Amino acid sequence: MASSGMRGLSVFISDIRNCQNKEQERVRVDKELGNIRTRFKNEKGLTPYEKKKYVWKMLYIYMLGYDVDFGHMEAVSLISAPKYPEKQVGYIVTSSLLNENHDFLRLAINTVRNDIIGRNETFQCLALTMVGNIGGREFAESLAPDVQKLLLSSSCRPLVRKKAALCLLRLFRKNPDVVNVDGWSDRMAQLLDERDLGVLTSSMSLLVALVANNHDAYWSCLPKCVKVLERLARNQDIPQEYTYYGIPSPWLQVKTMRVLQYFPTIEDPTTRRALFEVLQRILMGTDVVKNVNKNNASHAVLFEALALVMHLDAEKEMMSQCVALLGKFIAVREPNIRYLGLENMTRMLMVTDVQDIIKRHQAQIITSLKDPDISIRRRALDLLYGMCDVSNAKDIVEELLQYLSSADFAMREELALKAAILAEKFAPDLSWYVDVILQLIDKAGDFVSDDIWFRVVQFVTNNEDLQPYAAVKAREYLDKPAIHETMVKVSAYILGEYSHLLARRPGCSPKEIFSIIHEKLPTVSTSTIPILLSTYAKILMHTQPSDPELQNQIWAIFRKYESCIDAEIQQRAVEYFALSRKGEALMDIMAEMPKFPERQSALIKKAEDTEADTAEQSAAKLRALQQTSNALVVTDQRPTNGTPPVSQLGLVKVPSMSNVDHSAGDQAVTQANGILTVVDPQPPEPSADILGDLLSPLAIEGPPGAASQPNYNLAPGAEGVSNAEDALAIAPVGEQTNTVQPIGDIAERFNALCLKDSGVLYEDPYVQIGIKAEWRAHHGRLVLFLGNKNTAPLASVQALILPPSHLKMELSLVPETIPPRAQVQCPLEVLNVRPSRDVAVIDFSYKFGTHMVNVKLRLPAVLSKFFQAITISAEEFFPQWRSLSGPPLKLQEVVRGVRPMSLVEMANLFNSFRLIVCLGLDPNANNLVASTTFYSESTSAMLCLIRIETDPADRTQLRMTVASGDPTLTYEFKEFVKEQLVSIPTISGVPSPAPPQTQPTIAPTSLSDPGALLAGLLH
Amino acid sequence: MGIRFILMVNKQGQTRLAQYYEYLTLEERRALEGEIVRKCLARNEQQCSFVEHRNYKIVYRRYASLFFLVGVDNEENELAILEFIHLLVETMDRHFGNVCELDIMFHLEKAHFMLEEMVMNGCIIETSKANILAPIQLMDKAS
Repeated sequence: MASSGMRGLSVFISDIRNCQNKEQERVRVDKELGNIRTRFKNEKGLTPYEKKKYVWKMLYIYMLGYDVDFGHMEAVSLISAPKYPEKQVGYIVTSSLLNENHDFLRLAINTVRNDIIGRNETFQCLALTMVGNIGGREFAESLAPDVQKLLLSSSCRPLVRKKAALCLLRLFRKNPDVVNVDGWSDRMAQLLDERDLGVLTSSMSLLVALVANNHDAYWSCLPKCVKVLERLARNQDIPQEYTYYGIPSPWLQVKTMRVLQYFPTIEDPTTRRALFEVLQRILMGTDVVKNVNKNNASHAVLFEALALVMHLDAEKEMMSQCVALLGKFIAVREPNIRYLGLENMTRMLMVTDVQDIIKRHQAQIITSLKDPDISIRRRALDLLYGMCDVSNAKDIVEELLQYLSSADFAMREELALKAAILAEKFAPDLSWYVDVILQLIDKAGDFVSDDIWFRVVQFVTNNEDLQPYAAVKAREYLDKPAIHETMVKVSAYILGEYSHLLARRPGCSPKEIFSIIHEKLPTVSTSTIPILLSTYAKILMHTQPSDPELQNQIWAIFRKYESCIDAEIQQRAVEYFALSRKGEALMDIMAEMPKFPERQSALIKKAEDTEADTAEQSAAKLRALQQTSNALVVTDQRPTNGTPPVSQLGLVKVPSMSNVDHSAGDQAVTQANGILTVVDPQPPEPSADILGDLLSPLAIEGPPGAASQPNYNLAPGAEGVSNAEDALAIAPVGEQTNTVQPIGDIAERFNALCLKDSGVLYEDPYVQIGIKAEWRAHHGRLVLFLGNKNTAPLASVQALILPPSHLKMELSLVPETIPPRAQVQCPLEVLNVRPSRDVAVIDFSYKFGTHMVNVKLRLPAVLSKFFQAITISAEEFFPQWRSLSGPPLKLQEVVRGVRPMSLVEMANLFNSFRLIVCLGLDPNANNLVASTTFYSESTSAMLCLIRIETDPADRTQLRMTVASGDPTLTYEFKEFVKEQLVSIPTISGVPSPAPPQTQPTIAPTSLSDPGALLAGLLH
Repeated sequence: MGIRFILMVNKQGQTRLAQYYEYLTLEERRALEGEIVRKCLARNEQQCSFVEHRNYKIVYRRYASLFFLVGVDNEENELAILEFIHLLVETMDRHFGNVCELDIMFHLEKAHFMLEEMVMNGCIIETSKANILAPIQLMDKAS
């Protein structure tokens, strides 16, 4: 073992190594940190060598998990050292310690630039590597052109160019708006002719990012990639140094095939044929060999080839070949290959026509479900879940149920959830579904979330045929000794509703039902008692003719709980007691629950949520895509839960719901009921909130205002749900009375997010909400990142989306608790129905310790997000402009109070909204013409055109003319642009002041004005 | 982006080298390393080399007392990463001659220099051992 040349460092490392425990280590580290600190302070005495030594020590200490913030400056300062060894340490340690937003990096930017453009290629390499690892926006702004030059330079050696490629990759990924890659397709194509495999390897990574961003621009690279692959596969001109166990760079082969998967398809028949030849050779020519490294390397290439074949939708024959290979893999002993076989087979499910072949391997896959390795079990579970359909659901679900009893802790919840979903989706008959869920609860009650039993209640309620069966089953389970509390809940609920259907069976008289349920009462927690009380009330009501003995028994229970400390139980007890003395009135109030509105299963959403947590995208999403509306029950929504329930809900006023920290659903219902009081025909006597309460947990996944729907149907042509929420959405935005102060300006964050697609929406000392969005046509997919910043969990987390009427939004289930320092991702789907500037609001609340925090935040799903950039030529523009001749399709307005800005600034502003300025279309240099395509369901893709005429003498006013093929769109578009120009919009949450069809306040001027002159000029 | 981090951890769970390609705070690193070490070190030889953890997939390989753990996203080919670990080990072998845990401990800087030549920004940049070791050899000659 040679000495590292830094004695002090070696000694320190030895010392650390000899530490017996963490405490000793801490003492030694603290001593060293003190030493380093002092040495840094009297800097004069420090030679570059010493400094280097201390900086390495710092990195070592940092690796051990100690804070070394104080030394960041020293590390950065070494970057400017004149000699290589010190400079190298400066660069490497800086990239390990700092992140891209660190202020100190700015100090180094000049040195870095000088190193990059200088002649010393070793310095170039160091600088490029650091920028490639941690370079942020400022680096992109000042260095991107230099880096691009280096990459293409013929005078640079490969060792510099390969680093330039990856450096550019980072700058581009991080700041695609700063790094200009227009026209790069030719250069990339040229780079792919490179002989040096190092440069080729890193260029291929760069190409992945470029193609992923915009594959259309890079078609010319496609045949070149195939050439590279051919070169590698045939081992032509590959230096020995780049062959790995006889295989020409497996990493470059893999990367090249990755690039090809970013192109949607390959049209050119020659290229396609050439590629398939190579792929065929890989598929057929990869044998299992003894040497494990060689075997792994060749299989790395093989699996990538499989993925590419699946992606390209090859001919059926080749596909069957792939499935056959995978079938072989999932049966081999080598665990890595088995794991990857299962993983890739799951991907294969997305390919059409092969599902049947995959099903042949079902038995083998089930074997893997019992593999000793949890990684493999997970893959097997995912695959079984993905391949399940009506034909094999019974087998698979029963297999999962069986496995549930022996499955390890880590997998049970997922297993239970997946079994429940499959049972729901593919049940050959509903009674089987009920059986499965009850078995689930029986076997793994702890892992059966509330959603699962809520769902079974929904099904039973909505299906009359099912009710007697479910009641029988519930009754049977109650006979078992020691049943899970969830089973008590679900059976009590079901028997409360439907036990009268069993009345004539032995053991099913009201009295018997009551006593068997009541037996469980001493064993359950306070959350279950209210359900039992409701059940008793219902049993009482169904007892015809009434049974005085039973009545006295139940009344005694009600009276006992009248003084219960739990407000919920107390209230029910009091109310049921009062109600049950009213005789006839009880019948109305305690009538059978109305059918539930049909909803997408919350379970499926939850599963997707769990998926987001695992590394691999799995079959759940795919399933959700393929079978969104595979609901088992078809109920007629309106008559069942439309008007009649209103009167019922009206009865169920919630006069005394003062418990603040109620569950998510409760609040939603409270709101809804609050609105409903207007139609309440009853005197405000204390009545049961039974419907409200029983509905509430089930309503979590439904739109919060759903119950109030009928009231708002008065609004013409609008959907009740969203309108009700509009009303809620307007006022509270911005005005919070929370004690927790947000970090940063909420309005500014919103505005920033209107311009870009990812960033922070909200932050306070406890939580950070990030957002990432993708917009395609009239669809949007947002992901909310809810991050708990603390070391204690956030509880009672809830997020309700209050969408305006023009947006259909669907938020996946938000977990009620966010564990310490964890981040959860909640996908949110958005669909734009029609043009409108109204803004969606998310009502987010959580509890931290004793703080209950609630914020209402605007979501950046604004009008401009549904713009898609389009550049339009004069030949296209003028006919369009002319054909849209006047109001309401073309509107004009003089806007005053404009924020003064130059035309360039305005053009930039427009461009940032994807409203692309068409240069040179308007002959007047003070004017500006721009266009975009707007997407919504009602308008589909529609061209929007705008012309701005400015007055160079007075920048605070301008005139704009906007046109589109839809009057609402034209109006909304005009108002939107106006908002952007007049000031930075801080309150775009205001409802549209008038129906869009209304004429704008400033009437379009006559044909003699300048705007019309332009129109004339264009003729 | 591919590779998110590379860890070398001995069988007692002590980190011997940590290189991250995305920024995590010290606390996050500590937590993550603890969780991963707990998960991976408990596995046996008959189990596969891949472990799913949070949003990462950990590809790992054991050499004597030392575990090499590479965290990747789902943009990576698992077996290619598995062999990349071996390439790294072979490269260190070529330099140190039968590399061991102590070599990496006491020559942490050399290990970093090698990694710096092999991975940049989470992407594999060089796979030729001669090219990877060239800068180190130059430096050794100079000193």
